[in-house]
Amino acid sequence: MPLSEAVNQGPQFFYLAPWIIIFPVIGLLINMFLGGRFKERVIGIIASSASGLAFVVAILLGISLLSHPEGVVLRLAEWISIGELQLDWTIRVDTLSTTMMLVVSGVGTLIHIYAIGYMHEDVRFKDDLGRYQRFFVFFNLFIAAMMILVSADNYLMLFVGWEGVGLCSFLLIGFWYDKDLLGRPGTENALAGSKAFIANRVGDFGFLMASFTMFWGFKTVSFGGVFSQVHHIAETQPGLILTITLFMLLGVAGKSAQLPLFVWLPDAMAGPTPVSALIHAATMVTAGVYLVARSAPLYSAVPEAQAVVALVGGITALFAATIAVGQYDLKKVLAYSTISQLGFMVAAVGMGAYVAGMFHLITHAFFKALLFLSAGSVILGIERGHHHLPHDDHHGDEVFDPGDMRHMGGLRKRMPTTFWVFLVGAVALSGIPPLAGFFSKDEILADAFHLNFPVYIMLAIAAFFTAFYMGRQVWLVFFGSPRHEAAEHAEESPPVITIPLIALAGLSILGGVLNLPSVHILTHWLEHTYETFHLHLHAGEFNLQVALISTGLALAAIFLAWLLYGRKPLIKDQPDPLQKILGPIFNGMNRKWYVDEIYEFLFIDRYIDLAKFLSIKVDWDFWHDWFHDKVIGAAYRQGAKFLAGPIDLGIIDGISKGLAKLFQTLAAQFRKLQTGYVRNYALAVFAGVVIILGYLILG
Amino acid sequence: MSVDLIFFLALAIVAVGAALGLLFSRNAVYAALFLVLNFITVAVYYLLLNAPFLAMAQVTVYAGAIMVLFLFVIMLLGTKKLKTRGEHLWQRRLAIGLGVILFAEIAALFLAKGQNVLMVGDIGSKFGSPEGIGIELFTQYLLPFEITSILLLVGMIGAIVLTKDD
Amino acid sequence: MIPISYYIILSALLFTIGAVCVLIRRNAIIIFMGIELMLNAANLAFVAFANQHQVLSGQIFVFFVMTVAAAEVAIGLALIVTIFRSKQSIDVDQISSLKG
Repeated sequence: MPLSEAVNQGPQFFYLAPWIIIFPVIGLLINMFLGGRFKERVIGIIASSASGLAFVVAILLGISLLSHPEGVVLRLAEWISIGELQLDWTIRVDTLSTTMMLVVSGVGTLIHIYAIGYMHEDVRFKDDLGRYQRFFVFFNLFIAAMMILVSADNYLMLFVGWEGVGLCSFLLIGFWYDKDLLGRPGTENALAGSKAFIANRVGDFGFLMASFTMFWGFKTVSFGGVFSQVHHIAETQPGLILTITLFMLLGVAGKSAQLPLFVWLPDAMAGPTPVSALIHAATMVTAGVYLVARSAPLYSAVPEAQAVVALVGGITALFAATIAVGQYDLKKVLAYSTISQLGFMVAAVGMGAYVAGMFHLITHAFFKALLFLSAGSVILGIERGHHHLPHDDHHGDEVFDPGDMRHMGGLRKRMPTTFWVFLVGAVALSGIPPLAGFFSKDEILADAFHLNFPVYIMLAIAAFFTAFYMGRQVWLVFFGSPRHEAAEHAEESPPVITIPLIALAGLSILGGVLNLPSVHILTHWLEHTYETFHLHLHAGEFNLQVALISTGLALAAIFLAWLLYGRKPLIKDQPDPLQKILGPIFNGMNRKWYVDEIYEFLFIDRYIDLAKFLSIKVDWDFWHDWFHDKVIGAAYRQGAKFLAGPIDLGIIDGISKGLAKLFQTLAAQFRKLQTGYVRNYALAVFAGVVIILGYLILG
Repeated sequence: MSVDLIFFLALAIVAVGAALGLLFSRNAVYAALFLVLNFITVAVYYLLLNAPFLAMAQVTVYAGAIMVLFLFVIMLLGTKKLKTRGEHLWQRRLAIGLGVILFAEIAALFLAKGQNVLMVGDIGSKFGSPEGIGIELFTQYLLPFEITSILLLVGMIGAIVLTKDD
Repeated sequence: MIPISYYIILSALLFTIGAVCVLIRRNAIIIFMGIELMLNAANLAFVAFANQHQVLSGQIFVFFVMTVAAAEVAIGLALIVTIFRSKQSIDVDQISSLKG
C-alpha cells in the first residue's frame, strides 16, 4: 500500500485515543457546573474547543495510522468479568473508526461554532436566556457518547454509546420541552422527544437481542473475538448469524431511521436546527450505517441478510423521497431527504459496498449539515424579519411558522450568503458533478448496478426525486417575491453563523476528492481495517453508463422543478402546482402516506386499549374491588373476628381472669390462717419449734 | 434410794402438781396461788443446787413481787369465770399432742447424751452465795447489769404510760 | 447424787406444761402465768447446769432472767389492763381484730 510504505516511521499518537472522549466530557462538566457564571460567548467557546480538541486528537490518530495502518486496540479498564463473559472498556483505533471520529468531531466542531450564534438568537426569540448553557452541555455530551460509539471495540461498549446518543437526541429534540413547534406553551416538543426515544427503543431491542444471540453463540461480544470465529460458526450454525444480523438490522432501522421505524426523525425537527444538523443528519443517524459497516464479517457470511438490508435501504430511500416532494416545511423536506439518503447508505453497506456507503456517509455529512444549517439561517432570518414587523393588534392571534416555505420567497436578494451556500448544498445533494455528492452517490449506484439490480432501480428513482424536491425547495425559498411580510424584512445572519456554512460549502464542493474513481484514497484507507478481518474490498470502477444516467436523471428533475416552480414563481396563497397535477397522490405525499396514522391505529391505540383494559378491568375491578375486598378483606375480617372472639376474649381473657380467680381462691384459702386469735398463732409457733427439734433429733 | 432422791421426787411431785393445777384450774386466783407454790418449790430446788442467793431472789422477786402483781391485776379485772367454747376443740387436742411430742423430744435429746452425775459441792461454800454472785456480777457481767437497770427503767415508764388516763 | 437428767426432765415437764397452758387457756392472765412457768423451768435448767459444771454463769443468767421477767410482767399486765379498759374482757379470743 503506497500510503503505509510512504510514512513508515511516522509519529505515534495512539495513546491519546481516550482523550477523544475525555475532552468533550471535560467541556460538558465545566459548562454544567460553572456555566451559570459565564457569558454566552464563553460557554460556546468552551464547548466548541472541547469538540475541536477532539478533532485534533482524531487527526493525530489518523496520522498515527499512516505508519501503523492495522490500527491498535487500547484496553482502558476491566468492566465485566462474570463466568465466560469478559468485557473491557477497550478502544479500537483503526481506519474505519478514525474516519467516523474525524467526521463527527470535524463537522461537530463547525456546528458548535454555528450554534454559538444560532442559540444566541434562538433563546431570545423563545424568551429564555438561561437555556443557552443547557444546550451546550447536551451538545458536548452527544459528542462524548458518539465517540464512545465509534471507538468501541466490543458490541456492548458500542451499545453504551448507542444509548448515549439516543439519550442526547431525546434531550435535544425536547430542548424546548414546555413549548410546541411554534413556540407557544405546549407539549409537542416533549412528545416529539418521547417519540424518538420510543422508536429507538424498538431498535435497541433488536440490537440487544443481537448481542445476546451473539454471546450465546460466540461466547464473546468483542469485535476481534466475534469476527475471528465467524467462519467457524457460519459452517456449524448458519442460522445463528442470520438471526444476529437481522436483529441488528432492527437496531439499524431504529437508529438510522429506516422503514419501518423512521417515523421519529421528521418529528425530531422540533429541536433547534443545530441539533437537526448534527444529530439527525450528519452523525447519530449514521451510527446504524457504521454498525453494518463494522459488522461486515457477519453480514458477508449470510448473503440472505445482506439482501434484506439492501432491500430495506432501497425501499426506504424511495419511500422517503416521495414524501419529501409534498412537504411544505423547510426542515421537513430536509428530514425526509435525510431518511432517503440514509436509505442509500444502508443499501450500499447492505450490498457489501462498504466503501461506497462510508464515502456517502462522509459527503452526506458535509452537505446535509450545510443544508440544515443554512435552513437554520433562513429561519433565523425570517424570525428577525418577523420581529421587526410593527406590532399590530392582529399580531397576537396570528400563528406564525417561520419554517413554512409558503411564506418565504425572494430571499436570494435579502440573504445572499445563505442563498449561495444553500445552493451548493442542494446541487451536491442532487448529485451533479463535480460536487461531492455526485461521486459518492454515483459509486453507490454503480455498485448497485452490478450487485443488486432491483435496488439499483429504486435508488435511481429516489435520486430523481431527490433532485426534484431540492430544486423545488430552492425555487420556493429563494426565488420569486416574498409571500409574507416577515420574508420581506428578512436579514442575513451574522458571521459566526455564515462562516461555518462557507466552510461546509467548501467541503461539499471538494469532498469528492476523498474517493475519486481511479485514485480511491478512501478505499485504500478503509482496506486496512477490512483486511484485518479477511475481507476484500473491491474498488468500484467508474461506470460511465451509470454516471451518465444518474446525471441525466438529476438534470431532468431539476428542469422539471424549474418548469413548475422557477418559471413562474408562486405568489402568496397560491396552491402548489403539483396539487393540481397529481391530486390525491400529492395529498398522500404531503400526509407522509399516513404512516403515523396507521401506526397510531395499529399499535398505539391498541396499546392504550390494552393498558385501559388492564388498569380498569384487571387492576381496579378484579384486583381492587373483588379480590381485595372479597378475598383478602373477608379473610382478614374473619381472621380478626376469630382472633378477637375465641382467642382474645376466650383464651387470653380466660387466662387473665383465671389467674385472678386462682389468686383470689388461694388468698381466700390462705386468709383462713389469719384467725386473729393469738392462741392460734402461738400454736403455730409451737408447732414449728416441735418440728424443728424433731428434725434436729432425727437428722 | 437415797434421801436426796426421795426429797427430789417429793418436791418434783409438788412442782408438777402445782403446774397442773395452774393448767386446769378455772379460778384465776387459784391458778395464781398454784403458781406461787410452784415457784417456792423451785426455790427449794435452787437451795439444793447450791444457789442460795437465787433461791432467796426467787422467793422475793418471783413469788413475792410478781405473783402479788398478778393477784392485784386479777382482783382489778375481775375473776369472772370464762365460759368454755367448743369452737377450737381440735386446737386444744393438737396443743396437748404437740406438748407431749415436745416433752418427748427434749427428753430424747438429753437422755441420748447419757446420764451425767451431778456433782454437788459443800453447802455453805462460796459458790452460790451472794458474795460469789456479787463478784461475778460486778466484774464479768457488769455491762448486762447496767443495761438491765435501763431495762427496768423503761419497763417502769412503759407501765405508767400504758395505763395512764388521757 | 441426783443425775442431771432428772433435773432436765423435770424442767422439760414444767416447760411443756407451761407451753400447753399458754396454748389452751383463754384467760389472758392465766396465759401470762404460763409464760412465767416456762421461764421458771428454763431457770431451773440453767441452775442445774451451773451446778454441774461449777460455773457461776448459769446463776448469773438466771438472775438476769428474773429481772427481765419482772419487767416483762409489769408491762404485760399493764397492757392487759389497757385492753381490758377497751374490751371489758380478758378473753384473748375477743382480741381478734386482725382476723383476715
